[in-house]
Amino acid sequence: MDLFEYQARDVFEKHGVPVLAGAVATTPEEARAAAEKIGAKSGGVTVVKAQVKTGGRGKAGGVKVAKSPEEAEALAAQILGMDIKGHIVRKVMIAQGARIAEEYYFSILLDRAHRTYLAMCSKEGGMDIETLAVERPEALARIAVDPNVGIDDAKADEIFAAAGFPEADRAAITAVMKTLWEVYREEDATLVEVNPLVKTEEGDIVALDGKVSIDGNSEFRHPEHDEFVDHSKTDPLEVLATEKGLNYVKLDGNVGIIGNGAGLVMSTLDVVAYAGQDLAAATGGPASGPANFLDIGGGANAEVMADGLDVIFEDAQVKAVFVNVFGGITACDAVADGIVQAYAILADHGKHPKPLVVRLDGNNAELGRHILDEAALPLLERVDTMDGAARRVAELAAAAK
Amino acid sequence: MAIFLTKDSKVIVQGMTGSEGMKHTTRMLASGTDIVGGVNPRKAGTTVTFPQGQEIPVFGGVAEAMAATGADVTVIFVPAPFTKAAVVEAIDAGIPLAVVITEGVAVRDTAEFFNYSLGKGTRIIGPNCPGLISPAASNAGIIPADISGPGRIGLVSKSGTLTYQMMFELRDFGFSTGVGIGGDPIIGTTHIDCLEAFQNDPDTDAIVMIGEIGGDAEERAAAYIKDHVTKPVVGYVAGFTAPEGKTMGHAGAIVSGSSGTAQAKKEALEAAGVKVGKTPSETAALMRQIMVGLGATPH
Repeated sequence: MDLFEYQARDVFEKHGVPVLAGAVATTPEEARAAAEKIGAKSGGVTVVKAQVKTGGRGKAGGVKVAKSPEEAEALAAQILGMDIKGHIVRKVMIAQGARIAEEYYFSILLDRAHRTYLAMCSKEGGMDIETLAVERPEALARIAVDPNVGIDDAKADEIFAAAGFPEADRAAITAVMKTLWEVYREEDATLVEVNPLVKTEEGDIVALDGKVSIDGNSEFRHPEHDEFVDHSKTDPLEVLATEKGLNYVKLDGNVGIIGNGAGLVMSTLDVVAYAGQDLAAATGGPASGPANFLDIGGGANAEVMADGLDVIFEDAQVKAVFVNVFGGITACDAVADGIVQAYAILADHGKHPKPLVVRLDGNNAELGRHILDEAALPLLERVDTMDGAARRVAELAAAAK
Repeated sequence: MAIFLTKDSKVIVQGMTGSEGMKHTTRMLASGTDIVGGVNPRKAGTTVTFPQGQEIPVFGGVAEAMAATGADVTVIFVPAPFTKAAVVEAIDAGIPLAVVITEGVAVRDTAEFFNYSLGKGTRIIGPNCPGLISPAASNAGIIPADISGPGRIGLVSKSGTLTYQMMFELRDFGFSTGVGIGGDPIIGTTHIDCLEAFQNDPDTDAIVMIGEIGGDAEERAAAYIKDHVTKPVVGYVAGFTAPEGKTMGHAGAIVSGSSGTAQAKKEALEAAGVKVGKTPSETAALMRQIMVGLGATPH
């Protein structure tokens, strides 16, 4: 889960990372009120910053300096509602202005390849760090951090030396590094990035912009992270699926997908896309493709199946549905019973089914297939191989157009 | 022989007395695994009777269980908030293999227990994985034992259900060992660890490797195969149609920026001489050809 900049700022402040004053605003009027308060600390000057979870805001015109509260209000009016790389700006942060002398870069992140943590640091902050890493890799220090040790005095000194900072700033910069490590560990982050970490003309070291990603699996330690969950940009079907506790991601195609196990569902998306492309190539029509990712997990009982079918039938883009289950621990007869009961539940709710192709294989597959055949559910077809079922669902989706 | 888990493996279960632990210990026992004990400090000294009549003692700790039974494998089902403590206990007891089935373990906990294990003699598999099976010898985890019998194919996979799917497709040849390594951002045993073990296993003739989007584990495995693996390898990668920035079920399965795409993984594997199937069944067909070429006959 990625945090907005203003949330990252608040988290930094909570742990004692030096930050400038800032407040979030959702309307131009709120922006003006915030600028009156915050600007008082910096001669009336504030910065209006679009709050979007993507890079390149500055270039897109989402970060502007305001010399007065009136100007902050006008700039907020411009920036709110702006589309930055597909992200609509719904909030701005009003930040205190700073007189910047130097811009640095510092981050701590999960290093999957080495199964440890990595600190990255550069004297050349402010710019896009991916570009710096490619163009001048020698300017970006990379130091492994042992998860069980973290950034202690010795590690902070090692990073400081590798980045080549001037000796005079040792105390201030290493202190910030150690505090940012506390943020990383105590908040269960997978990324803490400060770009830029600035030295002001007054000589202070300040985190001017922050990016924090939180590990979703750490919820049990952090009930307070609930407030970071962002509902504003979520697809309505994703909201519905989340309410039902389903692992669902909306995609752009017209074939609804339900399967058990993340790997098998990902594989199903691919096989459906290939079948759609093959059919389109043969007929000259538009290609059908997956409309969603939906993993119903190992259990796959009737309610979960009904909930899954309900969400997928709600999707107006869906023309046909593919239920792909490999019975491992789950027995296919239980899955088949689940589908039959799901149809009954949906019928009770006055919902109409869409063309459905079911592939059951593995544990008790014969029994499961028999249950489906006996039930003779409307618009339901059984195909017993994954590839064959994908071809059939592509035909049904194409025919429905 | 097999890798990591053989008919001689003596297995304990941490979290055996919980509902998942009971269910899967029953299944492991039914598939012939030599389960010698469970661990639960609150139920130490008691015995659990399983449906087929086995009486399994419960110990207060891993070290105690090992001393009493000679256990060399632990399968861990304890809930995510307590998983790190369970793994650290297993490492401190010096058990050679810890299989962590629990899903939803915080990355910080995994990072800490994995790094703690380094140099201490415990191999960790998982977390968030189905475990491993050496068919007809032993089964440590939740892979259904009746999908496939023994044979000479080795399998390593990030995904549980794709493991089952592939073992099912190739059940006519069978497996030496199937290892589900899990799809979390940090895992204890990687594709490379399994490739190395299969390469050195005299009872494995060919290897199926299943990957998925996210990270660069498959690319690094490809480089390893090129330099170190002489046995034939067939690969499959799930997630060609996954959009950037969306996590697909596994915490690690996300395409971020230009890295982690299925296409990049496929190309890296093919450049290393690995035949990569477009679908699970095509992948199985490629492996079938290889096995027939090696003189194996389907049963």
